[in-house]
Amino acid sequence: MNNLNSFRKDIRSWLAENCPHAMRTPMLEKDICRGGRNPVFQSEEQQIWLKRMSEKGWTAPTWPVEYGGAGFSKDQAKILREELSLINARPPISGMGISMIGPAILEFGSEKLKQQHLPAMAKGEVRWCQGYSEPNSGSDLAGLQTKAENFGDHLIVNGQKVWTSYGDDADWMFCLVRTNSDVGKHSGISLVLFDMETPGVSTKPIKLISGTSVFCETYLDNVRVDIEQVVGDIDAGWTVAKYLLTHEREMLGKLGTAPTEKSVKEHALDCLGVCNDRLTDEVMRKELIDWEIDYLCHQLTMERVNAEIASNGVGNTSAMLKYYGTELNKRKHELLVSIHGSDSMHWENNPISRQWLRSKGNSIEGGTSEIQLNIISKRILGLG
Amino acid sequence: MSLVLSEEETMIRDTANDFLSENAGPDMLRKLRDQDDPCGYSKVLWEKMADLGWPSLLIPEEFGGLDFSHTAMGQIMQQVGVHLATTPLFSTGILAAEVLKKSKVNKNKEKLLPLIAEGKVKIAVALEEGSRYEPAVINTRLDSSSNGYLLNGNKRNVLDGGLADYLIVVCRHTSKGEHIQGDLGFLILDANKTGIEIKNNMLIDSRMASIVTFNNVEILEDEILKFEQTPELILENLLSTANIYLSAELLGVSQKAFELTIEYLKTRTQFGVKIGSFQALQHRASHLWAEIELCKSIVLKALRALDQNSDDIAKLSSFAKAKTSKISEVATNEGIQMHGGIGMTDEFYMGFYLKRARVAQMLFGDWKYHTDQAATLSGY
Ligand SMILES: Cc1cc2nc3c(=O)[nH]c(=O)nc-3n(C[C@H](O)[C@H](O)[C@H](O)COP(=O)(O)OP(=O)(O)OC[C@H]3O[C@@H](n4cnc5c(N)ncnc54)[C@H](O)[C@@H]3O)c2cc1C
Repeated sequence: MNNLNSFRKDIRSWLAENCPHAMRTPMLEKDICRGGRNPVFQSEEQQIWLKRMSEKGWTAPTWPVEYGGAGFSKDQAKILREELSLINARPPISGMGISMIGPAILEFGSEKLKQQHLPAMAKGEVRWCQGYSEPNSGSDLAGLQTKAENFGDHLIVNGQKVWTSYGDDADWMFCLVRTNSDVGKHSGISLVLFDMETPGVSTKPIKLISGTSVFCETYLDNVRVDIEQVVGDIDAGWTVAKYLLTHEREMLGKLGTAPTEKSVKEHALDCLGVCNDRLTDEVMRKELIDWEIDYLCHQLTMERVNAEIASNGVGNTSAMLKYYGTELNKRKHELLVSIHGSDSMHWENNPISRQWLRSKGNSIEGGTSEIQLNIISKRILGLG
Repeated sequence: MSLVLSEEETMIRDTANDFLSENAGPDMLRKLRDQDDPCGYSKVLWEKMADLGWPSLLIPEEFGGLDFSHTAMGQIMQQVGVHLATTPLFSTGILAAEVLKKSKVNKNKEKLLPLIAEGKVKIAVALEEGSRYEPAVINTRLDSSSNGYLLNGNKRNVLDGGLADYLIVVCRHTSKGEHIQGDLGFLILDANKTGIEIKNNMLIDSRMASIVTFNNVEILEDEILKFEQTPELILENLLSTANIYLSAELLGVSQKAFELTIEYLKTRTQFGVKIGSFQALQHRASHLWAEIELCKSIVLKALRALDQNSDDIAKLSSFAKAKTSKISEVATNEGIQMHGGIGMTDEFYMGFYLKRARVAQMLFGDWKYHTDQAATLSGY
């Protein structure tokens, strides 16, 4: 315990000295640091923050030091998280590298893959995208048809992926392919990694209802993938894919918990009538507090679940966190739109309406709410 | 009156559906939105609607109108929702027509009602002043001056304000002169008058709403509308009317969002079966179907109440708006959810229905406002 206390003290003083003040303010979507081969930094502080944190291995604190991490135990990592949130520090790097494919490579990847990909990921030098969904297999992910023919030292991949978030900006893709069509659908899948600049890879952005294009169609036309870029065993990718999904779900469950410029409550108090410290709009008052109660309960549940489980992920419970967290985030944006009334209906320069529209996808991406509920029914409750 | 559509009302609904299937729809709305200089409405569609006589439906025969019922016009508004038709029919053919119809004989009334009927004029109603809907808060002031009156104030969320030739302005008369009964007053103004400034905002549903500023606008005697009833009553009735028509439109929006979703449940295959075979989706769809049936009833009841000028118009209007608003949220949210990734794309239609549903709900009070209002009007 004493050890942890001095550990905390060290972290606190390092952060006090090294976290730039501009990185302790709430951020908008555009302020997210995504790194990559051709990184776009919003500010010098953002670049410094990423550099300092990754030099310490604190962008991926539980990863071993040799792979760019800090080799922290679960308790140590928790302390770092707490200290970061205490000063409202922004994540130095975000994306599908550290939070999704990284843990999967660490668990299933060869030594070569770990050395090739993990340190660069922890430094934010490579931006990753996820090639899971296809036009005919979304919820039924295991029904995927993208084919990979095995030529011994390499695979040739043909097919189409869709809804690839940031596919056009990413450097590498982790991609589910079918390596064997003669076995049951779950048994013939492999998870492969390839550079988006490989000949035969092309992307086409798709416009969202919120007006931006965060996702793409991705076409794979005779794409050559080195056999060493298969994560885990060939034909055994489904296990890797599922493991990765629990990490994605856990991450999505945290949606809406990042510090924002103004809390929902502050928005409400600024925009709605208040009399004797009560919101005068009784119906809004009830809607708001319903949400606040659920929000706190969800926060506490994440904390409790994280404290209870082993350090390699929350497993099926991630389905509950994903389901509840994303539904809550949608409710939050509904409330913000209501609070701002007709102003929130403006299209131009209006983050309130744009984020509200974008939030509708939260209960679809990373597996729909229905699929999460199916997982809870089957795997947790043992129904059917 | 019966809660079944008459033959004539059914015919109007079917004609509107046929016409708008050809001449409106989400693809056209997208085009309208993406044109170089978006103006927030379809001129071509508005002209064709005028040829069909739609803007004249609520106007008395003596002013060149068809003098149809609200129930009939309601059928059209419902189809406007189904097909996302974007024209000034609501602002001009319904709101402005209703106010002018009720005003006493006046030069402007005699000039404008026939023009509305022909679709030759566009009129916007400038009422709201804050971003939250509070119709009682009106600070736009009409002061007596040496040679008439001066108007000062700001209006927000003026639907079709930027394309209007005339504005109907709700204001307060500060000196309580004999010309305006009570405090509240209605003005009819040429939108190009000196001192009127109009700033347009594109809304999420690709329509325009404006911020209108009045800066010492000189008002003449015959620009002040007078009524048999008190202006408070005229306003109350205008708001009820607006909300009943918006309810009809919201019903149409919900119906179409639902129809698209059911089609998708019947065609999309996952796990080797149609997704419509999953009970988790079936029950939600069936529930939504029931809710939409309920919306149909309250909308029709409210339209009939308008036609009969019943005592409970205000109450029914809040019930209808609360219900249809809430269900339009469910129908469009479910519409996106049950379509999965496709639902989130601009290329598909659901986003357009979601956006229109939200704007139509926000106009003249959302379900939260009307839930409270419904309780008040029910005596608790
Ligand atoms: C914003 C956004 C970003 C995304 N980013 C990525 C990405 O980076 N990479 C990637 O690979 N994918 C991504 N996706 C895709 C996402 O994972 C899929 O959209 C999702 O898995 C659903 O698949 P689908 O779109 O094919 O819908 P479908 O699977 O066709 O589902 C349609 C509807 O049927 C329901 N349904 C399906 N099966 C069942 C069942 N058994 N029981 C009950 N209901 C069922 C669904 O819940 C849904 O409501 C993204 C999606 C969005 C919206």
